Amino acid sequence: MNATHRRTLIEPLIVNNPIIVQILGICSALAITSKLAPSVIMSIALTVVVACSNVAISAIRHHIPNNIRIIVQMTIIASLVIVVDQVLRAYAPEISKQLSVFVGLIITNCIVLGRAEGFAMKNPVWPSFLDGLGQGLGYSLILIALGATRELFGFGTLWGYTILPLQSEGGWYLPNSMMTLAPSAFFLVAMIIWAVRSWKHDQQEQADYTIQSVHRMETQ
Amino acid sequence: MPRDKERPSQVLLVATLVCVACALLVSTAVVLLRPIQDRNALLQRQRDILEVAGLFRPGPSVESQFAQVEPHLVDLATGEYVEGADAVRFDIAKGSRDPKASAPVPADSDIAKIHRRPDAMPVFLVRGDAGLETVILPVHGYGLWSTMYAYVALDGRGERVKGVTFYSHAETPGLGAEIENPRWRDSWTGKRLVDDAGEVRFDIAKGTAAPDAADYHVDALSGATLTSNGVENMIHFWLGEQGYGPFLARLRRGGV
Repeated sequence: MNATHRRTLIEPLIVNNPIIVQILGICSALAITSKLAPSVIMSIALTVVVACSNVAISAIRHHIPNNIRIIVQMTIIASLVIVVDQVLRAYAPEISKQLSVFVGLIITNCIVLGRAEGFAMKNPVWPSFLDGLGQGLGYSLILIALGATRELFGFGTLWGYTILPLQSEGGWYLPNSMMTLAPSAFFLVAMIIWAVRSWKHDQQEQADYTIQSVHRMETQ
Repeated sequence: MPRDKERPSQVLLVATLVCVACALLVSTAVVLLRPIQDRNALLQRQRDILEVAGLFRPGPSVESQFAQVEPHLVDLATGEYVEGADAVRFDIAKGSRDPKASAPVPADSDIAKIHRRPDAMPVFLVRGDAGLETVILPVHGYGLWSTMYAYVALDGRGERVKGVTFYSHAETPGLGAEIENPRWRDSWTGKRLVDDAGEVRFDIAKGTAAPDAADYHVDALSGATLTSNGVENMIHFWLGEQGYGPFLARLRRGGV
């Protein structure tokens, strides 16, 4: 693995993270992160899909006619998602039920199609695989962070094991029920973005325009 | 070569090959995983039955716990058992469509709006030291949007409710879907559905009932009148003569 390959794999973890930098895949990041276990399963599912779809699309990229490329990509992605959904239903039925439609919605997840169109169509198989894996892991990192925080403060548990004993069960912790609701993930994602941008100044965007101050002197 | 791949024949060829390859992948996965998914569905059904009877314990395998349950298929017209049938794997939706083993319900008595009814339905019995302890009846009926499927657990004489659980429905989340709410389902416990004469008197309504009817009364779900009515009609249909009536009569005579 040379330096370029390593960068392809490492960069999406923080510097080019799909959620906090590209701001993609927010929908599922809000919807299924109220607990850790579904977050982890969703992360694995998306990582598998994006890595495999990148490999498959990269392998046939010289043969895909330009005018049907999006539909070819969608067909491959949709097939992979159905396979992942079927595997989850067979081996993790409870979590599959909790994730409900969100596994199926990986098909429309912008990260997957974005990597297929933006990377796999132009690069060989191995870098495409690393890119898919890296993007999937970047998504997973944020999802797992959200899932762990929300479950810990919303339910006092991690992976179902009690960490903070709840007052309702004789402990001392009063759960923050906002953490069990989707908006809390918005606040957490925003805080992560804030933290990362304070650390990596080059990510701070230039303002599109500056607000002019009103010259009160002139009006007098 | 770069211009070549834009030829219509090449477009058709690539599209066809991609579709065939993807179809193969998907159908292989579905066929290979079907047995495991069916097993999961069966385990879930056994777990639902154990839970409504209040017998489910986390830990031991569902199958070993289900060994205490005695499944039967009951001929609804006579209330007698159908010998040699697999009641646990009986699919109610499929059974209702089977032209040989189901019949249309006359429109004027089809209060649960199920249109067709299987000739035989499963019942699940749990026996203890004191004889028959729990009778679990699967019931279904139309709510506001969907057919609701439920298990009702009665005590050994078929008199009082021990539990109810709705295992499949598509009612409005937050309103009709509150039929899943444990607190509402708990309000069924100890209620009577049928009086001593075998008449279904169960009633889901707003507010409190008259003292003599309080035993048969469950408070309706607020904001879900039509779903509540559907549940009431479902109980009236399935515990009446069209449903498990003959079987419950046999139960009261002590013939089960």
